Amino acid sequence: MSVVEISEPCITLQVNGCAQTTTARTIAQWVEQQGLSQHAVATALNGQFVPRTLRTTQALAEGDTIVTFQPIEGG
Amino acid sequence: MAEYQKDSAVVGSAQVKEEPAKRAGYTEQSPLPPGRSDASAWHIGGRTLQSRFLLGTAGYPSPAILQKAITASGAQVVTVGLRRQLAAGAQAATEGDFFSIIKATGAHLLPNTAGCRTAREAITLAHMARELFDTNWIKLEVVGDEHTLQPDPFELVDAARQLVKDGFEVFPYCTDDLVSCQRLLDVGCNILMPWGAPIGSGQGLVNPGALRTLRARLPGVPLIVDAGIGSPADAVQAMELGLDGVLLNTAVAKALNPVRMARAFGLGIRAGRLGYEAGVMAKQDMAVASTPVAGHPILL
Repeated sequence: MSVVEISEPCITLQVNGCAQTTTARTIAQWVEQQGLSQHAVATALNGQFVPRTLRTTQALAEGDTIVTFQPIEGG
Repeated sequence: MAEYQKDSAVVGSAQVKEEPAKRAGYTEQSPLPPGRSDASAWHIGGRTLQSRFLLGTAGYPSPAILQKAITASGAQVVTVGLRRQLAAGAQAATEGDFFSIIKATGAHLLPNTAGCRTAREAITLAHMARELFDTNWIKLEVVGDEHTLQPDPFELVDAARQLVKDGFEVFPYCTDDLVSCQRLLDVGCNILMPWGAPIGSGQGLVNPGALRTLRARLPGVPLIVDAGIGSPADAVQAMELGLDGVLLNTAVAKALNPVRMARAFGLGIRAGRLGYEAGVMAKQDMAVASTPVAGHPILL
């Protein structure tokens, strides 16, 4: 995290159904803050899929909804 | 006339290639020993496969049993899913184990869109699956009825049309209705996966006549029976009908011994395919003596 990011005020997001405050301003930053590899999850912002390649440019704003998806067993 | 109606070639038949199986933990009991394959290889979604068995990965007693079942099955394609995480950061350790086990088998992954009710949902999930599993294959499921989990043919066609445009190899889980299958081909699907019976029901092929019709009318199209298979005999029946593959999950996962059942299905699917390729004899109404009687001494 850079000094600039730490000094950012927190915003509140809805993450997988729970409120979460964060200093992240992009989805890529948010994934990193969760301690997750960028390859471990697929992400959606406000119901729209955000590809991995666009996470660094996809800005987050107060009240945004993030949903993440992970691999599971399937038939 | 659509392209699929012209092609009368035997589906999927090809020169057998001596390609060693790359199953992790291969044993001599595997139904697909390295370097040996007595049924023809087939081609699907840009890949050449020796096994015609596609195995689901859900509902096994443990990850270890799943791994052994995949090995015993000889399957080269396994289905996987993806799920919305319930809470931030919550990721059960067993799920991490699951994915590493699946990757270690070397099987090709076929992600599904299970649980989707609309084309829009399925399209979004398919894009996520492509990124997460690094494959353009997608088992497209769009459910239209909660009790039977019957595919919704209208949403399915809409989703397939878009996903084909987006570069996916779409494996649509569909009903056995000929015309809706033709519509799926019209929008660019190269493969069809008609149901045998409702998912997880174990009823076998409830409408073999419809599957026979699909085979006859769509001779150039890979057809994989997906869902409803209960016993290895059901899989043999599907293969003898000339279908190209079988996808199942519950019949193995919920067997008393999933590993042995995986092997049983692997053998059954091979036997059924060999029987189809060999050509089953025509049925006769009356007995036809098999032992030659001409020249026998008449004692009485």
